Amino acid sequence: MKRRGLILRKVQQKIFDAACLAAVTLSVALMFWIIATLFRHGFAVINWELLTEPSKPYGIPHQGIANALLGTVLITSVATLLAVPLGLAGGIYLAEYDRHSTLADLVRLSANVLMGIPSIVIGLFVYAVWVVPTGHFSGWAGSIALAIIMVPIILRTTEDMLLLVPDTMRESALALGISRWRTTLSVVCRSCRSGLVTGVLLAFARICGETAPLLFTALWSHSWPSAFFSTPVANMPVLITEYMTASPFEEQQKIGWAAATVMLAIILILNITLRTVFHRKRAL
Amino acid sequence: MNDRFFRLLCGLASLVIPLLLVLLVARLTFDSLPAWNAFGLSFLWTSDWNPVLDRYGAAGAVCGTLITTAIAVVVAVPIALLTACLLVGAPKWLERPLSEAIDLLAAIPSVIYGIWGLYVLAPVMQSFVIPFLRETLGLAHLPFCDVGSGGFGIFTAGLVLAIMILPYISSVARDVFYLTPPLLREAAFGIGCTRYETLRFIILRHGFRGLLGGVFIGLGRALGETMAVLFVIGNIAKIPDSLFGSGTSIASTLAVNFAESDGLLRATLFALAFVLFALAATVQLFAWYCMKPNRS
Repeated sequence: MKRRGLILRKVQQKIFDAACLAAVTLSVALMFWIIATLFRHGFAVINWELLTEPSKPYGIPHQGIANALLGTVLITSVATLLAVPLGLAGGIYLAEYDRHSTLADLVRLSANVLMGIPSIVIGLFVYAVWVVPTGHFSGWAGSIALAIIMVPIILRTTEDMLLLVPDTMRESALALGISRWRTTLSVVCRSCRSGLVTGVLLAFARICGETAPLLFTALWSHSWPSAFFSTPVANMPVLITEYMTASPFEEQQKIGWAAATVMLAIILILNITLRTVFHRKRAL
Repeated sequence: MNDRFFRLLCGLASLVIPLLLVLLVARLTFDSLPAWNAFGLSFLWTSDWNPVLDRYGAAGAVCGTLITTAIAVVVAVPIALLTACLLVGAPKWLERPLSEAIDLLAAIPSVIYGIWGLYVLAPVMQSFVIPFLRETLGLAHLPFCDVGSGGFGIFTAGLVLAIMILPYISSVARDVFYLTPPLLREAAFGIGCTRYETLRFIILRHGFRGLLGGVFIGLGRALGETMAVLFVIGNIAKIPDSLFGSGTSIASTLAVNFAESDGLLRATLFALAFVLFALAATVQLFAWYCMKPNRS
């Protein structure tokens, strides 16, 4: 390191502090700017009718977003039901049975690659392997696409959480004569239950807003989701996309803002609750 | 007996992931074969996009993707690193809410970034930023910087992406900074380093690979993002002639064209998806390689 005067170094420190402060202010301000924009445009439009009536083609009165809300709940819940057993079991295998083998490394590596695959590519894949063979878009196809996004996230968090449980717990349980699988489920998983739940819920919050994979799978419709496995199912992200960018009518754009506000509010509330209840700080 | 069964069940569940990956690669390859047969490898560096003659090239979309990602990384990395620096040095009562706020920024869905970009950022660019760049800074005279008049285009898309990947990079950077052994930091303070010097010469060097991994994760996000880019990039299938002009990215090309495509165009779109997959997988492998030592 070169020798430099103390005053110069102190000035350098002050400049650096100012830059840091500016960067943080910018990040936080951007967050508030985005949230404020949505609430400013969307809040006035939200009313009871909007939340209980289904969406309709332009021009028909009593427009709403209820079918999209219900559709999103259905699609994401089914995706969660598909992904949670797979992700948990896979995570348990990596953490409890096979920590260091080549196979385990392969699974970890492919989970990381799968996590980084653009969601639209996954949408395309599900379109090719499910929508084309069955011959129709469906909410079920959307669920499959979202589940594929979810599984690696749950697997990695489960593994991380289980590894935090000290080995002495496992050893004491085994010493009592409890079988290995019982130990895993009733002692190890149980002691980090809140971590596992947080992981699953954060993955859930993450897929709630996924749009790109639903464009080619669940698609969009104006009706209530009556046939989940064989017809397109309305959902919030695609409704927002359709109304905000493809529609020339101000009326529909207003509903789009309202829908976006509702979706953002749900996701933010979910995130804030999880983080305050479980005191976890990591993103993802 | 039960034990073996449980182990087998879990093992099979973990095998689903590599299996899915293999299936995905196989399917993308198979569905894109007609396009590779028709255009060969030159598909990657030709920029035709002519549905009438059925001639397609990937260069426009690939360039758009790479340029927007580059803008996003260049803008986001310094801000994210500075943010992480402040978070590490800040007292607990300040650090906690700021960290939460930045994590919340990461939780906002991309479609919301997209409509924010469309309705807020693009008009702001059009009425304030672009005129400033053109008239005050005189950027119009430089090559590749021909400032258009609209607020839409490659540059705006890059900015939206930058905002989107900012929280990812800063949260990884924050975690990496925390992993520096306190002893090293205290030793630096002990020989009279200022906080800046400690950060620059000790913490940054110690955690360099982890930081690089974080940047790659952000880069991977930006590469494949669809909705945030789709609304503001302009969607014109050509190699962008200026930083501020319209263009397209691979993901938005897929989103715009896929629904109405058939025959060779559909195969072409699958080929584009394959290219995107290859890019994203490479970036992920780099990220994995960089962050590996920190994980054990």
